[in-house]
Amino acid sequence: MTMTSERTAPVATGVQRLPMAKAINAGLRRALAEDDHVMLMGEDIGRLGGVFRVTDGLHADFGDTRVVDTPLAESGIVGTAIGLALRGYRPVCEIQFDGFIFPAFDQITTQLAKMHYRSRGRLTLPVVIRVPFGGAIGAIEHHSESPEVLFAHTAGLRVVSPSTPAEAYTMIRQAIASPDPVLFFEPKSRYWEKGEVDLDAPADPLGLDKARVVRPGTDVTVVAYGPTVATALKAADAAAAEGTSIEVVDLRAISPLDVATVAESVRRTGRCVVVHEAPVLYGVGAEVAARVTEECFYSLEAPVLRVGGFHMPYPVAKLEHEYLPSLDRVLDAVDRTMGF
Amino acid sequence: MSHDPTGPLSDIGLVQLLAPTGERVHDERFDTYAADLTSDDLRTMYRDMVLVRRFDREATALQRQGELALFAQCEGQEGAQIGSAHALAAQDQVFPSYREHGVAHVRGIDLPDVLRLFRGVDQGGWDPTHGFHLYTLVIGSHVLHATGYAMGVQRDGLVGTGDPAKDTTTIVYFGDGSTAQGDVNEAMVFAAVNHAPVVFFCQNNQWAISEPTSRQAVRPIADRAPGFGIPSVRVDGNDPVACYAVTRWAAQRARDGQGPTFVEALTYRMGAHTTSDDPTRYRTSEEEETWRRRDPIDRLRAHLVASGELSPAFEAEVAQAADELGERIRTQVRAMQAPAKAEIFEHVYATAHSVVDGERAWYTEYERSFLDAEGQR
Ligand SMILES: Cc1ncc(C[n+]2csc(CCOP(=O)(O)OP(=O)(O)O)c2C)c(N)n1
Ligand SMILES: [Mg+2]
Repeated sequence: MTMTSERTAPVATGVQRLPMAKAINAGLRRALAEDDHVMLMGEDIGRLGGVFRVTDGLHADFGDTRVVDTPLAESGIVGTAIGLALRGYRPVCEIQFDGFIFPAFDQITTQLAKMHYRSRGRLTLPVVIRVPFGGAIGAIEHHSESPEVLFAHTAGLRVVSPSTPAEAYTMIRQAIASPDPVLFFEPKSRYWEKGEVDLDAPADPLGLDKARVVRPGTDVTVVAYGPTVATALKAADAAAAEGTSIEVVDLRAISPLDVATVAESVRRTGRCVVVHEAPVLYGVGAEVAARVTEECFYSLEAPVLRVGGFHMPYPVAKLEHEYLPSLDRVLDAVDRTMGF
Repeated sequence: MSHDPTGPLSDIGLVQLLAPTGERVHDERFDTYAADLTSDDLRTMYRDMVLVRRFDREATALQRQGELALFAQCEGQEGAQIGSAHALAAQDQVFPSYREHGVAHVRGIDLPDVLRLFRGVDQGGWDPTHGFHLYTLVIGSHVLHATGYAMGVQRDGLVGTGDPAKDTTTIVYFGDGSTAQGDVNEAMVFAAVNHAPVVFFCQNNQWAISEPTSRQAVRPIADRAPGFGIPSVRVDGNDPVACYAVTRWAAQRARDGQGPTFVEALTYRMGAHTTSDDPTRYRTSEEEETWRRRDPIDRLRAHLVASGELSPAFEAEVAQAADELGERIRTQVRAMQAPAKAEIFEHVYATAHSVVDGERAWYTEYERSFLDAEGQR
């Protein structure tokens, strides 16, 4: 590892194996070093480095004015971030856990999402809101939720979720560079999984709005994002052993939804299964199913199936694996679509 | 309860520099902040108030004629708005709620443009990048934006430089009802701990639609701020000179790096909440009459007349300017057209978004399907 000291603090370079939390940290560090107007705001993100340590070390290197421990008020965090953005800053807010974003829901959906439109493009709000989301970490209530679709339903927001450390590193930087507000959903159950990250990688040409085929296949398209991409890849391995070839599409963004990439895949496979932790009712899977039906009706061999959470509050940790879209439930859906 | 400290007639600790009769009242603390006001300045304030009242009445009439969907009057609050706005410098930033037509006017917004929102042809109506942000209809939300903006000004190093052309204050206007919102209280926390150069200007106009201030607070609203560590002052909101003075004080504190200040201006909304409201259902005409006698325009006029500073010629000129404004409002509003249909797809995002692009393309095709071969509808 080499360290350069351009600007105020060291920025790592080269190719490294990093867990996703550290990859995001590296992306934040780079953004802080590259642009004085980037600032981080959130609860316990300073000396503590955030409850997941995603901002570890940044306070020490960039100081109080760039890495700000805020009062414990989510609406206040987002509301003041809007004001800072109006003054030319690029705030990156951390919401400590998914279930605690709701005090800020009004500021995000009513103010942040609409100001560019209301001002007829005169005002832009380059605010990023980072949200550790999803379950499978054995947490107590309000710490395992997947509220992303509530934001994707709101025009004016971009909603993305990385699935690997490398994606997380480039996507967080692109989110910060975006003139639009971005809800950045970090799959907390994957924070500690390592992957190769090229810290000098140029910006991903897929940007923040294109899906990626992460494993080619011929029989079934499995669409996933964030934490369920790894589940889909495992399902693909397991299905391959039984002779079924799964193509995995990582959506990366759920707003905008890259229908073209999904449709292109389904036209080849004829079958589609969508997997997410969020409840299936009115979810991303429902939207994908509707769009795939519109775009690929004559290519479909079976109805689009959805695998996801049930219509209930997130259950107790000891039973969360009954609720989450497990490998077996994905394979079950693959079997059902193949048998249709 | 024998005494309601937040009630309409309460004047606890009220700063006043002009009595309702127009007589100059002395105030040890705030006299100095009004000392630089020349008679020209006072006449300008008077003129602004008269113009804004004409605007208010024209707009109300236009709504009655079906030209506006809705209108929110500021009548009665001109003193608070024009007095405070005159205390601001060019570089200062204002975050209004939805009734700050007086402030808009002083900040250089052409008043007819304010009606674009109420006519339903725009959701803003002016360029918000020149010191006067868009109206915010969600009560209290913008108080956080102002606080964040002020935190940005602070980071820009534009506080406490001693250069009056640089040091910048941010002022946010909101109502008594809004003070119950979490966002307003969160804003005070953020402003206090960050020492943000922001002025919280609460116009306590006694009513939040049909709810009296006593439904929002059991003590004077200004008393809340010191609990957050923010100094506050109560001012007679129908006294433009006092509003000017306390705002200058508060703005100077912000510019000097002394942090946030809270101003509660006691005033009265003489009109209905909006053109859709019916105040006879919740308040008495006696109460309205009491406040009519404290009218801010009458007060400043009485002061100027008594000091021999209001010539008939000037009054005639103001009356003529008001007539011209009225005429201009009527013609401009009637001429305000909705944007082109396809405009609804513009500016949802700052950069291309495939869903919006897809829907726009579909809509364009759909519209085209109504055209015949010659391209006629
Ligand atoms: C969050 C929110 N809740 C309710 C409303 C509906 N509403 C509009 S104005 C208003 C009263 C506000 O009273 P106040 O803050 O005193 O301001 P005023 O209208 O008196 O100027 C209400 C309830 C709103 N606009 N926003
Ligand atoms: Mg009110």
